[in-house]
Amino acid sequence: MSSSEWPLWEVFIRSKQGLDHKHVGSLHAADATMAVQNARDVYTRRLEGVSIWVVESTHIHASNPDEAAEFFDPAADKVYRHPTFYDVPDAIKHM
Amino acid sequence: METPAQDLSRDDQFQARIDADVRIEPKDWMPDAYRKTLIRQISQHAHSEIVGMLPEGNWITRAPSLKRKAILLAKVQDEAGHGLYLYSAAETLGASRDQMLADLHSGKAKYSSIFNYPTLSWADMGCVGWLVDGAAILNQVPLCRTSYGPYARAMVRVCKEESFHQRQGFEIMQTLCAGAPAQKEMAQEALNRWWWPTLMMFGPKDSESPNTEQSMKWRIKRFTNDELRQKFVDMMVPQAEFLGLTVPDSNVRWNEARQAYDFGEVDWNEFWSVVKGNGLCNHDRLQARVQAHEEGAWVREAALAHAAKRAAREAVAA
Repeated sequence: MSSSEWPLWEVFIRSKQGLDHKHVGSLHAADATMAVQNARDVYTRRLEGVSIWVVESTHIHASNPDEAAEFFDPAADKVYRHPTFYDVPDAIKHM
Repeated sequence: METPAQDLSRDDQFQARIDADVRIEPKDWMPDAYRKTLIRQISQHAHSEIVGMLPEGNWITRAPSLKRKAILLAKVQDEAGHGLYLYSAAETLGASRDQMLADLHSGKAKYSSIFNYPTLSWADMGCVGWLVDGAAILNQVPLCRTSYGPYARAMVRVCKEESFHQRQGFEIMQTLCAGAPAQKEMAQEALNRWWWPTLMMFGPKDSESPNTEQSMKWRIKRFTNDELRQKFVDMMVPQAEFLGLTVPDSNVRWNEARQAYDFGEVDWNEFWSVVKGNGLCNHDRLQARVQAHEEGAWVREAALAHAAKRAAREAVAA
């Protein structure tokens, strides 16, 4: 039946100034303006946000979860990237 | 020695992740049956929220004060929001919104039978909030830890909002019970009407709920129907006593040994009859949904046409 289904949009909300926009869910809307208005009504009825981003879902590109192990592998064996890798003598302060 | 992960089948690996309480996300591999069960459960849940607006919408124009009217409007708007969170969670599994709505409208998909009962008096608004939303909360709180990420996240949002719903219902009951004798009688009558249908909301007895075991294993469900029903009775009997109301079940009594209330048997014939479509309002509810959908078709089409026209105009200007 559905050649007339409104496109799907992903909704991101900044809960207060100083914080990142965070993904909260999705909704259908005919265009971006309507998507922002609908996002306000669906996701911020209790002052959950001060700013809204919407992105049409088809425009999101993602890493493949089936390849997550290999994809993120390069970071797995580089413990020296973490400060805890290094021994700091007790006498040394403020490091 | 532990079996290396690569020797396990995909199903076993999947189950191992569930057992370790690792959440499953939309693009992760999952067994078809898990996907299908979730789509059915989440879409039924969404339909229940949407159909659930109807019995309360019935009282918006007749709420006894402006304050009650504003509160009821806000509550009904929340129910719409809950439906939308849930539809969007189901869509992450590949279900289409149009198909889900088509299944609701054709009667193929179910929604909670509780909404097939009529709301006859203002006290019913109290009982819907206090009892029906109270039962919904018991069902929903464990779902905040359900294994499918988008469903769990939607439920967190729903649960935050649901507690306002229950409290406003209880307040309606409290006000009526502190009022004139006729008002208190109205509250008691509403409790008499809603008590048993609310107990039915937890679903068939465990012995007649064949999907429970698999759903518990997948952590889509975290308590059985009978466990939740018992919890509900234990919670609600003292609340009814506080209101000075009597639960319409002569078998309700405290069982010291079990540290729980004993209670009578639900009329399962009535339960199955309403599920099968023979409740008082099944026909009206579905008709109202279909009518709203059909009468809104031109709006949805016009919005799309407007968006296309504007996009074309912007393309020319650019």
